Amino acid sequence: MAALQIVNVEKRYKSLQALGGVSLAVESGEFFGLLGPNGAGKTTLISIIAGLSRADAGSVAIHGHDVVRDYREARRRLGVVPQELVFDPFFTVRETLRMQSGYFGLKNNDKWIDEVMANLDLTNKADTNTRALSGGMKRRVLVAQALVHKPPVIVLDEPTAGVDVELRQTLWKFISRLNREGHTIVLTTHYLEEAQALCNRIAMLKSGKVVALDSTSALIKRISGSQLVVRLAKGSLPEGLKALVSHPDELVSGNKYTLRVTEYTDVEPILASLRQAGAVIEDMQLQQADLEDVFIQIMEGEK
Amino acid sequence: MIGFTTLFHKEVLRFWKVATQTITAPILTAMLYLLIFGHVLEAHVQVYPDVRYTAFLIPGLVMMSVLQNAFANSSSSLIQSKITGNLVFVLLPPLSHWELFGAYVLASVVRGLMVGAGVFLVTAWFAELSFAAPWWIAIFALLGAAILGTMGLIAGIWAEKFDQLAAFQNFLIMPATFLSGVFYSIHSLPPFWQTVSHFNPFFYMIDGFRYGFFGQSDVSPATSFTIVAAFFMVLASLAIRLLKTGYKLRH
Repeated sequence: MAALQIVNVEKRYKSLQALGGVSLAVESGEFFGLLGPNGAGKTTLISIIAGLSRADAGSVAIHGHDVVRDYREARRRLGVVPQELVFDPFFTVRETLRMQSGYFGLKNNDKWIDEVMANLDLTNKADTNTRALSGGMKRRVLVAQALVHKPPVIVLDEPTAGVDVELRQTLWKFISRLNREGHTIVLTTHYLEEAQALCNRIAMLKSGKVVALDSTSALIKRISGSQLVVRLAKGSLPEGLKALVSHPDELVSGNKYTLRVTEYTDVEPILASLRQAGAVIEDMQLQQADLEDVFIQIMEGEK
Repeated sequence: MIGFTTLFHKEVLRFWKVATQTITAPILTAMLYLLIFGHVLEAHVQVYPDVRYTAFLIPGLVMMSVLQNAFANSSSSLIQSKITGNLVFVLLPPLSHWELFGAYVLASVVRGLMVGAGVFLVTAWFAELSFAAPWWIAIFALLGAAILGTMGLIAGIWAEKFDQLAAFQNFLIMPATFLSGVFYSIHSLPPFWQTVSHFNPFFYMIDGFRYGFFGQSDVSPATSFTIVAAFFMVLASLAIRLLKTGYKLRH
């Protein structure tokens, strides 16, 4: 049984079709990435999974429990870190976490609360009012709140947006540990190198539709080989090479071009062609294609 | 059940942590009403035989404080949570609509009764009060607080901004409480306004509550109880339905 099963989910806000029939399944133990530009429908989809929003059509189930019909069982198995930095100004960190445990039906949960706080470097803030915490600390509390009931499925909606390197590292260390221990992780992020490093499978959303769904490695292989990045001091890219440019906006402005190369032997003809056109190379690098290139290619291709 | 008790406890803590504003201030306001209206009207108004105006006024002020504070509790908690966004903390867990309803309303009842008890303690010194039927006092205080707690819940669910909630409070709750006979008996009104008063459910809450003290009232306490209980059932069903469908809470 899939940890998260999304079937033909549709959602419309007045004239805007936020989700147009999204289907995907996340298996138990996966570290799954949900990527897409702003407005692609990622947060809407997460809201529907979390029961904060109702789908117009389709269904979502967590470990087989429908999020509407069987919401109590579904929500017990789900921890969500919301994107917005929200907090309750009346309470301290420990009070907040104890209450969140209680809402999930857990009493005497202090041992796990202490462990979560220790793993998120929150221990010395346990008795501080959440109102007095910095943005990064508030984010940690939100993560801790999502984990108080040890949910088998953890959804993180852009947890590292605007946070410093230290928190990112602390967070990923802890989340990766939970993933190794069997928790299923669903992550949305704009940091593609993060998604590439952490996720074993990725879905890309655009305008409310799934435009790619594959393992991270298979997605990267879509851009076979490497990329030759050249910066020209003089001259411009000859016509014959324009088809190799992987980021089309580079043709419009600037003097830097990212060219797809399948094998290393492709490099020499490109250099020859540049020389012939009278271009002078200022800087040159050979790079492996990464998730960002795939993301750009897929999003451009879907225009 | 732990979900319900936790949310109830949180809602009580929420007002208790700012008790100066949520408990002490309304008690002081009610005492000022008593001092001023009691002083001005004591010599001019007698509603029931053998009952001084100040004594008549005290149960009305107590009940008015119970009602207003019960409403303020659930409505302000919800609107604050909605506006700051922390309502997700109770929307994400597996809390049922019954648990949400019970916790918000019961916490409102607790605040209403605490303020009511406080108002009673500071005003009871100013007049001799009797307790003709204490059970009616308890029943009407509880039901009144539950009704206003439920109304606050509905208003909090419906309102999207503070000014919408303020409009609900200023144009509905305040006139209904002030025109319910806190400061007078409706028998002193012209016949038309007496009839209008009978359509105000707040009138029955205060009249029934006052019966518990003096054993005298404008309508019989059994009639008031039936009307007030029916009113609560209607409001409670509406609130539970709104919570179940996720109206304005789950888009």
